[in-house]
Amino acid sequence: MKPPAFRYHAPASLAETLATLAEVGARGKVLAGGQSLVPLMNMRLAAPEHIVDINGVAGLDDVTVDAGGVRIGALVRHARLEADAEAAAAVPLLRQGLRLVAHPVIRNRGTTVGSIAHADPSAEMPAALALLGGSVEAAGAAGRRTVPAAEFFTGPMESCLRPDELAVSAHFPRPEPGTGSAFTEVARRHGDYALCGVAALVTLDADLRITAARAGYLSVSPTPAVLDLTDAVAGRTPDTADLAAAGRLAVGRLEPEDDIHATAEYRAHLAGVLTVRALRAAAEDALARATRDPRPAGSGSGR
Amino acid sequence: MTGKMFGAPIPRTEDERLVAGRGRYLDDLGAGAYAAAFVRSPHAHARILDIDVGDALDVDGLVAVYTHDDLRGPMAEPLPLLIPHPAIRDGRTPHALAAEYVHHVGEPVAMVVARDRYVAEDIVERVRVDYEVLPAVVGVAAARRADHVVHPGMSDNVAARLLQEVGDAPAAIAAAPHTLELDLEIERSASTPMEGRGVYARWDAADAMLRMYSSTQTASGVRAAVAAKLELQLGQVEVVVPDVGGGFGVKIVHPWPEEVMVPWAARLLGHDVKWTEDRREHFVAAAHEREQLQRVRVGFDDEGRLLGLDVRIWHDNGAYLPYGVIVPLVTSTQLLGPYRPGAYRVEFDSLYTTTVIVTPYRGAGRPQGVFAMERTMDAIAARLGLDRARVRSVNLIQPDEMPYDQGLVFQDGRPLIYDSGDYPAALAALLDLVGWDDFPAQRERARAEGRRIGIGLACYVEGTGPGPYEGGHVQVETSGRVRVATGLTSQGQGHQTILAQIVADELGVPISDISVTTGDTRRMPYSVGTYASRGAVMSGSAVALAARRLRDKALRIAGDALEADPDDLEIVGGRVRVKGSPASGMDLGTVAVLANPLRYAFDEASRAATQFGGPADFDRPPVAPDDAPGLEGTDFYSPLRCTFASGMHAAIVETDPETAEIRILRYCVVHDCGRLVNPLIVEGQIHGGVAQGVAGALYERMAYDSDGQLLNASFMDFLMPYASEVPAVEIDHLETPSPLNPLGIKGAGEAGVIPGAAVLAAAVEDAEGFPITRMPISPSELFHLRRRFASGEIPPLRARRPAAPAPRPSGQES
Ligand SMILES: Cc1cc2nc3c(=O)[nH]c(=O)nc-3n(C[C@H](O)[C@H](O)[C@H](O)COP(=O)(O)OP(=O)(O)OC[C@H]3O[C@@H](n4cnc5c(N)ncnc54)[C@H](O)[C@@H]3O)c2cc1C
Repeated sequence: MKPPAFRYHAPASLAETLATLAEVGARGKVLAGGQSLVPLMNMRLAAPEHIVDINGVAGLDDVTVDAGGVRIGALVRHARLEADAEAAAAVPLLRQGLRLVAHPVIRNRGTTVGSIAHADPSAEMPAALALLGGSVEAAGAAGRRTVPAAEFFTGPMESCLRPDELAVSAHFPRPEPGTGSAFTEVARRHGDYALCGVAALVTLDADLRITAARAGYLSVSPTPAVLDLTDAVAGRTPDTADLAAAGRLAVGRLEPEDDIHATAEYRAHLAGVLTVRALRAAAEDALARATRDPRPAGSGSGR
Repeated sequence: MTGKMFGAPIPRTEDERLVAGRGRYLDDLGAGAYAAAFVRSPHAHARILDIDVGDALDVDGLVAVYTHDDLRGPMAEPLPLLIPHPAIRDGRTPHALAAEYVHHVGEPVAMVVARDRYVAEDIVERVRVDYEVLPAVVGVAAARRADHVVHPGMSDNVAARLLQEVGDAPAAIAAAPHTLELDLEIERSASTPMEGRGVYARWDAADAMLRMYSSTQTASGVRAAVAAKLELQLGQVEVVVPDVGGGFGVKIVHPWPEEVMVPWAARLLGHDVKWTEDRREHFVAAAHEREQLQRVRVGFDDEGRLLGLDVRIWHDNGAYLPYGVIVPLVTSTQLLGPYRPGAYRVEFDSLYTTTVIVTPYRGAGRPQGVFAMERTMDAIAARLGLDRARVRSVNLIQPDEMPYDQGLVFQDGRPLIYDSGDYPAALAALLDLVGWDDFPAQRERARAEGRRIGIGLACYVEGTGPGPYEGGHVQVETSGRVRVATGLTSQGQGHQTILAQIVADELGVPISDISVTTGDTRRMPYSVGTYASRGAVMSGSAVALAARRLRDKALRIAGDALEADPDDLEIVGGRVRVKGSPASGMDLGTVAVLANPLRYAFDEASRAATQFGGPADFDRPPVAPDDAPGLEGTDFYSPLRCTFASGMHAAIVETDPETAEIRILRYCVVHDCGRLVNPLIVEGQIHGGVAQGVAGALYERMAYDSDGQLLNASFMDFLMPYASEVPAVEIDHLETPSPLNPLGIKGAGEAGVIPGAAVLAAAVEDAEGFPITRMPISPSELFHLRRRFASGEIPPLRARRPAAPAPRPSGQES
């Protein structure tokens, strides 16, 4: 479990990073928190010839919260984002999901953008980004581009990032006013990648009726799946909505696979159960917010 | 003053050093050594056609690459079959490097020695091995079918078959008013110590001496085995066991291929060589345990009393049989637990498969035996509609029946005779601790909240402290410090603490004056090893006997010097004195000076021991004919047979009606290991054992595919539980002394793990209302069992009890 030899680059600026990435191309890998990359290298499942360590690059560790949402730089660690009260207030799903990412020591080092770049379909943050309709800001030799989450994830552990590109930040938009969120999952051990996980957003109108219900899934599809379940529950209050119907709707649209920890059938079953639990918790969250912070009926967006 | 140390819950003396990072483990040694790495078979079963090292030769840092062709004499022969047994039909063991065939993924094929481990692994990737792939044989069913045989020259895969019988069980079952038949299965787990294996060897060419360090459970065993392989005299080999980060059984196997290759290469190269196993290697190249299929037939009366028990066991021993049939032998004997079985017949087949070898892992076959017996007890209770504790109690051996002869031959080759124990008291204590009688009310309350809970219990008896022997050496330095040595090794159990506690009391010295060495053949060459919960029983007894010898000698010498009758003397706080007159005595260090008559003084204190240093008795030589110089004592403890510890566990679990997740709400242990040397350490052993019991019941399994590839050879997918998955353990101790050893103690090391699978199967079964016959069980499996139960494919547990609520359909609100 020792990695093969590689050349180590420690650029100090973004420009230098991009120049190095352009030079080493597909033979190189960005090193962020190293919590996924280093084990892969030690097991010789990845053997990059060049490691481009971005930990010394200035200006990549900002968390910016504004009316549009939360933008996080490439070097923001899971733990730091989890602790950020402003970010949690703007996009509560972040903290709700980050608590389920691995263990505290791994969150101290692992980065949220690194997790998104790694594109593990069992990871929480890619699912959160997809559900919220967020985006990734990529910079490369050819310039910058903003990639919506729906296009970013292209397969298991695959994103549309080109070898010469760095994901400089990710943007998580603020959910619509009246929205509650929740993240729920079943994992074999505390902190493990989930057998199945569901993140949900439920939006209520001023009469506390559901206007939108969406769920994001992990570990049941090759890329984070997002399902719009509004049809099953729209127009009902949280306590009269047929959440089970939403669960069934979700199960019908997912095709999980077997692995040594769970059969496809069990995963599908979990997806149904957790859809109900996540929707219920998100609706309760929305109700709690509405009570805390009532909006006049018919008022517009609070952005 | 010296307080009473035996029985005191003192903190472990080794911990300060270990938690402060001052431990010295194998990989902390040998900084300048070459590193070894091994080319390992990627196939479960193959014939080696060619090994091409051409690509490896130009790598900077390469020292050597070896294959079986480079080995001569005993090194080229298979490794020893450590424990021969007449039941073994064809005992195959591996070569140090594969000769022609490989029989499991991970088997070493070539050894690379290089400047460091990084380079060594680079070279491993460049060694090209051509294989003719042969059919894999994975699992007991395939091994029994024998469509393919694992070893050439065999007609089937049966390595060993053993039948033991007491009475006529088939007849007793045929005549019984009730009978039952159960098919049971337990899957593979493994010891997985925090530190893997490791070997570091130094050859001193000038002295023609080999010094070896190994992360092993037996220094003396490794010494003898390596000397034989390398054709050295025993006196040319020293084995030192540094701090060891856990063993749990896997490190009792010796010599490992790597353990002979490393010293062999060190001698050949005239340079230190070290190999530190990595985690992936440990999964595929060390050892596993547990996998068995069992068929139980039982006859019983209306009260659930056993009349006849007939058990057939199919045991997967993996690719080779270096450790003989110990595991299935232990299963088939310890299955009986605290019960009288009536007539008993047990027969096992030990089967070759193309998977990693199976050798003892904490519990060593007992968890499987207890699973068989306790599942049977629960099935009897279900059949008769009786309380499960009640069925057990009618079968318990009573205290006045001790010693109790089960009529079988145990794993030490000696009769299976329980020396002492009070099983009814243990059962009463357990039912009390867990609140057995209140549980039905608790269940009803939970049910009203839409929750599903269940309770289970399981009992075991564990033969601990098998011989042949261990030794103790205790020496008082002229400084007064006491050095204690025993040959068996320590893997973190706390031997240094408990052996010091024992010596402190025997000798009357403060524990802070005592240092203890384990596992160093320079200090105690005669030894067996650490396994079968024998450390405290064997070495504890041996050092006590050695300390008693030393004490007698100290009193005799001090008596001469003080002109007092030794019987009037006592040792208190490291000082020999006349009983009741504290001012009168002399320090043990001074006694040590006098114990060694000198010609030459080397310091002030030693002058007293020289020829003109004081009065002498001219009718006696300075050292009497039956005496020896020095204040030391050596003795050996060799027991008649094992001493039998026992215990009972109960667990309450909750199963999620929707997700099928299993959560342990309570875990209770009643434990009897005779007299407790240190309750704190015993409880630590129980906690660790329970953690591994929970692991084997709910989390861990070796997931082999049908090609013999281990799919989860990392801690990401091999689910060793974290602290967050292990329940708090509630413990009650009983102390039934053993009459077999001088201290009345019984082993405690393995106990905690033994009933894990049985008790958790019982609790899950109780929560669900249908039988659980296969462990471990995952939420996914429980989900599928529920489906099969709902469809009528699995019968309910007991017809008479109201059925448990059916699983809620997915997505329904609770
Ligand atoms: C024991 C364990 C348990 C874990 N459990 C979970 C879990 O339950 N849920 C979960 O979500 N994660 C889990 N993780 C993964 C953890 O969250 C990682 O930190 C994360 O996936 C990757 O972040 P990183 O900063 O460590 O990335 P690295 O390991 O440094 O990189 C990962 C990959 O992303 C690329 N990369 C990283 N940053 C960028 C960038 N800015 N631009 C372009 N490419 C980039 C790298 O080149 C590499 O290919 C676990 C990890 C461990 C070790």
